[in-house]
Amino acid sequence: MSQAEQKKLDLLITGVGGQGAILASDIIGKAAVTAGLPIRAAETHGMAQRGGSVVNHIRVGNNYGSMIPKKGADLLLALEPMEAVRYLDFLKDGGIVIMNTQPIIPVTVTSGLTKYPEVSDILDFLSEKYIVKAFNADDLAYEAGNRLAMNVVMVGAVSGYLPIPKETLLESVKALVPQKTIEVNLRAFEAGRQKVEES
Amino acid sequence: MTMREYMLGNVAIARGLLEGGVQVIAGYPGTPSSEIIDTLAARKDRDYHVEWSVNEKVAMEVAVGAAWTGVRSVVTMKHVGLNVAADPFMTLAYAGTKGGMIVIAADDPSCHSSQNEQDTRRYAQFALVPCFDPATPQEAKDMLPYAFEFSEKFEVPVIFRPTTRISHGKSDIELGEIPVEKPAPNFEKLLDRWVMLPKNARPRHTHLLSIQQSIEDALAESPWNSLELKSDAKFGVIGAGIASVYAKEALTELGLDVSYLKIGTYPVPKKLILELLETVDTVLVFEELEPIVEEQVKMIAQEAGIEVSVLGKTNGFVPREGELDVSAFLEVLKKTFDLETEAETSGKSLELAPRPPALCAGCSHRATFHSMKKVFGKDAIYPSDIGCYTLGIQSGTVETTLCMGSSISVASGLYHAGEKRPICCSIGDSTFFHSGMNSLLNAIVNKANITVTILDNRITAMTGHQPNPGVGYTATGEPTVQVSLEELCKAMGAEFVSVVDPYKLEETQEAFKAAKEFEGVAVVIARQPCVISGKRAGIRRNPYVIDPDKCEGCKQCIKFGCPAIEFNEQNKCAVITALCSGCGVCAQICKFDAIQEVKR
Repeated sequence: MSQAEQKKLDLLITGVGGQGAILASDIIGKAAVTAGLPIRAAETHGMAQRGGSVVNHIRVGNNYGSMIPKKGADLLLALEPMEAVRYLDFLKDGGIVIMNTQPIIPVTVTSGLTKYPEVSDILDFLSEKYIVKAFNADDLAYEAGNRLAMNVVMVGAVSGYLPIPKETLLESVKALVPQKTIEVNLRAFEAGRQKVEES
Repeated sequence: MTMREYMLGNVAIARGLLEGGVQVIAGYPGTPSSEIIDTLAARKDRDYHVEWSVNEKVAMEVAVGAAWTGVRSVVTMKHVGLNVAADPFMTLAYAGTKGGMIVIAADDPSCHSSQNEQDTRRYAQFALVPCFDPATPQEAKDMLPYAFEFSEKFEVPVIFRPTTRISHGKSDIELGEIPVEKPAPNFEKLLDRWVMLPKNARPRHTHLLSIQQSIEDALAESPWNSLELKSDAKFGVIGAGIASVYAKEALTELGLDVSYLKIGTYPVPKKLILELLETVDTVLVFEELEPIVEEQVKMIAQEAGIEVSVLGKTNGFVPREGELDVSAFLEVLKKTFDLETEAETSGKSLELAPRPPALCAGCSHRATFHSMKKVFGKDAIYPSDIGCYTLGIQSGTVETTLCMGSSISVASGLYHAGEKRPICCSIGDSTFFHSGMNSLLNAIVNKANITVTILDNRITAMTGHQPNPGVGYTATGEPTVQVSLEELCKAMGAEFVSVVDPYKLEETQEAFKAAKEFEGVAVVIARQPCVISGKRAGIRRNPYVIDPDKCEGCKQCIKFGCPAIEFNEQNKCAVITALCSGCGVCAQICKFDAIQEVKR
């Protein structure tokens, strides 16, 4: 594998509008630039997407378009369990899924139109073809000081796989989260990173 | 040392405009274009005028005025916005400009947030105006200073057409210099240019046609078109705009030995196309939306008498609708070269619940729709419009959505057609100022009998909270007049105007009842700030909780459809989650008094 190959990573972030997928992708993107790597990303925008299913494509070390081809992603970072499954077409066989196990129940379920699958079934399903690292990132964020830091827990969780030094990612966290919440977010990042290192 | 920064495509576009020395920017918000003006308006060191106009036509005319003084101007909108601005735009092509003028119309393949997939390049052909079609956010930024110069050289406006993945894609961007010196405005009274009465328009049409060849020749030489001929390659690929990078990635991945032409401008570079056609047997055209390059390629081949087979959208090799990507290109290659398609690995599947975007917890539109439905019932007809509230389709109170501002006029049409059922239409505050005002005036003057609900959340929420004439400040945050919706409606002749707080269900329902009884056009203004902008402005409400002892499990609150209310099947009891924003509407809906505010 050449030096350039090693610095290439296609990452998909999935979740629910309002969970902070864009901030998570921004942290990685800004850090990539600092690390001198080309970076492309595509994201779902729009206020009305709140509560809806969202997906971000992030391509580190890439000079083409921002969209990851089907079965092209090395890694899937899911901020919500059901959203881990929705975009699996993009993940390559044997790819890695890092998943927050805390479900967000869509209105289609609360209103009784459909059912939310059991999280254990989702885990079984994913484990058949992929390497799965799953844990409750909402709880880790709460322990770090704020539930809203869940997205940064997840960035910490994926940090070990990125071709970007940890210190650069932490600088990026500090630069992008609200000033008052830097400490909480740094703890959140560490908690996520540790969780994946242990597993 | 060159500066590199990680930025959103629209931020890169804003940067490109600055590097091009822009002096006036006007636009109307529309996904995926909105962040261009948001970015320029938020800059502290501004030496330019930037505004959110009330609609795209008005914005276009503001930019025209500026360009006629010789300064560089820009108008921004989404693709459908150009339909609204088409009237001034088509004639502007004749009149032309002095200062460089760029019309940015962002296309949205696959309708990520739009009502159709129209291709702005068709407008370029229609108006005989050049169009720039960037392949990456970096190219988008770099193209803009060039586009200004191009516009000035030929004294015509130019179109710049990013697509969703350019506008909302992010990339590391290499920055250029922002000029400090800018020309002073100087309006020259060129009556034969600026007054398009027939005597002047006819020769301007002739002039516009006469410069087409020079425009085409200049574009062919531009850095946005490039040809890579492979010796002996009998297969050629033409990629246009963003589709060109998808094609390039796939070709590199597969290591295919084909000739490749990248196109980034319209009119297309005929010379380069001819050069390619002369060396290959087959050419595959890959472009987003309409088969515009493909049609040109066929015409060029026919004119030159070249026997070549052209694969693309018209013969089904490339999908005509939706968005393209690398996978789509690989599919086409497989079809073309009869390559093995990887067998779909069959595994067990998992049933997923759909997760459509929903109105936020505590959104006042949901409360308004609830009251509307309660009073007007299932039998009524509910025309609506374009904004967050279009999501009210889940409440059963959005039954038509055509284009910005159409809700009131569609309602009038339904009434005048002889519909006997009650008609209650809805429109947002920004949309009302955009073009709903004209429709209301028309409905009143022509004696429609309808109820018009203005969903006034004090902001243009859907596109990211841009100000409108009702909020009292401009794009840059300066205080300005705050236009009163109720006074405006009364001035247009509305005899029934009622302002209500949608969080107060009883009050709102009383107003709807009176409006329903009213003979003529009744206006109900449901006013409550958007929960997101309200929270940012410091509005704090106490959340609500459900007392499990009092909850009878009737699910009335669940039916309200607030994302903060869930049902616990085990205890047969509803629960309110941390999403609660404290609007208190569910407490009014509960018949068992089981929902209460958390007192702090």
